[in-house]
Amino acid sequence: MSILIDENTKVLVQGITGRDGSFHAGQMIEYGTKVVGGVTPGKGGQSVHDVPVFDTMKEAVAETSADASVIYVPARFAPKAIREAMDAGIKLIVTITEGIPVLDMMEVYHEVRERGIRLIGPNCPGLISPGKAKIGIMPGQIHRQGKIGVISRSGTLTYEIVHALTGLDAGQSTCVGIGGDPVVGSSFMDLLPLFEADDETDGVVLVGEIGGDEEERTAEYIADHISKPVFAFIVGLTAPEGKRMGHAGAIVSGGRGTADSKMRAFSHAGVPVAGTIDELADITVQGLKHLT
Amino acid sequence: MKIHEYQAKELFRDKGIPVPEGKIAETAQAARAIAGAFETTVAVKAQVHAGGRGKAGGVKIAKTPADAYEAAERILGMNIKGSVVRKVLVEKGSSIAKEAYVGITVDRSAKSILFILSAAGGVDIEEVAEKTPEKIIRFRTQTRSFPGQQAAEAAGKLFDDEATVEPVLDILRKLFALFVETDSSLAEINPLVLTSSGDVVALDGKMNFDDNALYRHENIAALRDMGEENPAEIDAKEKGLSFVALEGDIGCMVNGAGLAMATMDMIKLYGGNPANFLDVGGSSNPEKVVHAFSIILSNPDIKAILVNIFGGITRCDDIARGMLEAYDRMSIDVPVVVRLTGTNADIGLDLLKDSPLIPASSFSEAVTKVIEASGGKVKEMT
Repeated sequence: MSILIDENTKVLVQGITGRDGSFHAGQMIEYGTKVVGGVTPGKGGQSVHDVPVFDTMKEAVAETSADASVIYVPARFAPKAIREAMDAGIKLIVTITEGIPVLDMMEVYHEVRERGIRLIGPNCPGLISPGKAKIGIMPGQIHRQGKIGVISRSGTLTYEIVHALTGLDAGQSTCVGIGGDPVVGSSFMDLLPLFEADDETDGVVLVGEIGGDEEERTAEYIADHISKPVFAFIVGLTAPEGKRMGHAGAIVSGGRGTADSKMRAFSHAGVPVAGTIDELADITVQGLKHLT
Repeated sequence: MKIHEYQAKELFRDKGIPVPEGKIAETAQAARAIAGAFETTVAVKAQVHAGGRGKAGGVKIAKTPADAYEAAERILGMNIKGSVVRKVLVEKGSSIAKEAYVGITVDRSAKSILFILSAAGGVDIEEVAEKTPEKIIRFRTQTRSFPGQQAAEAAGKLFDDEATVEPVLDILRKLFALFVETDSSLAEINPLVLTSSGDVVALDGKMNFDDNALYRHENIAALRDMGEENPAEIDAKEKGLSFVALEGDIGCMVNGAGLAMATMDMIKLYGGNPANFLDVGGSSNPEKVVHAFSIILSNPDIKAILVNIFGGITRCDDIARGMLEAYDRMSIDVPVVVRLTGTNADIGLDLLKDSPLIPASSFSEAVTKVIEASGGKVKEMT
């Protein structure tokens, strides 16, 4: 098994005729993802990589009965694209687009939630169930099918972790890049229960970043709700404090948000925290050894 | 993006939020003239983006035009946390009866717009929040519509004076409207004061904006003060690179913000000092690599450079071509260590094999080599 996507997931690419959309549609198809079509308003009737292009999501879903979509459209059109996917009945929407204004995302986030739709991103690399399917922009070849779940706020750093795990023969069940924006559709806490329930995931690797208090809250959540082993890594130890947001930022975070605070929260919850990427791969493999 | 207090107050004034009358001065003479025209006690306030201005001596009260001259002379040119003061705001003094705090920001945990209010405002508001959290009123909204009910309740708790409820509520409504209309990430009034004559006035103002939304707010984008920003950072931004200058001597060029931070962390962990954060982004444009080199090398402290690329959308052969071009076009006289992994790494490394670049095959090897190349000592890892 895996979470969220597998070889049967039927995917539509929103923005398929654009430079990125077209390139990555090709990459996804090559990896084995069932890409059933794409959408670009005004380009209906064309085809890209031998898959049909539609004018609207409604039409595309009616014709293909797709269950997931991936969005590559520019930031100013992305919120509309998410709503269009939602209205067409898509249950999993992956938004790769970066640079979406935060207030736009805030409103979209609550609309998506109310309707029980899962949104991954924005500003993320997407997700991959190795050997089955990938929806996003990650290089497929560094992954290997296996039993470790990966959830990360970062893009290229996720590749680095996966590369290290694969180098130790430790494959992955599903890897999800949740995105680094202030408002993202799915959090660590939204995805951990899916891995907890997945028969073929033995343990989970979390890659966090400075900023916000998601990691701290996740640590508390793990202590209470997750029985599978979890391993963590936090980047940003040396990042300058810089971008302080007036007093409100400090009042909101209340001392949370630093790399140090996040590491302490994980340790306190019994989650081993690695100092480097290679160490993260090592402790994960060691920690899961008895299960294989 | 940040703006100055005087700019925030102009936005407040346009929206109908009461602010003291004030004018901007760039010289002590001008400050004296403004104070003379006001014919009252004035506040002379440094206009810098850095916080902690009051505690650094950047705000002075002046009773006479001569005092205002002297205050401005002291404040202009002052260095507050790295920002040199080039302007002061000269404002009519207010007689303060009570100070409160009002802030609106984005709460990323709750994915909401968060109102923060406190009857105990002023410079020590963070301490109030930490030591007596019960004195902080919070409420949220998940949309762009004003949470009138909660705001009305909160407005009644600020000054303990029935007559202030309406004016405070009006300020909250207008500040919120300004917040959403400009895609602000922070709108703060600290302090919001009740004057001895019973008026509610925004004595200070701070606004930050969402960079991603500036494309639809030309009037806000025009308020950017380039003088407050690091020239290398502005240059980088124009070229599509994300760059932050640091204090160390090892230049970094990395793709992806997370990996860039991890690279800095690792250099530090191994005993080196990163000189910058630089994310070349996801595109495969060799020209960007050339720009990145020139920005890194504009720092005279650089002793060595680490290029750490994990190719995904970024293709390693493009990065390699960019580096060769950089060697052709500029003089690079510091050692450069390169680690390429992922998409087309083999092609990229092959392109570089006759160049002076020092190749490394793993992340840790790359970090070790760059610290050695910079003349530093690699810390023993256990």
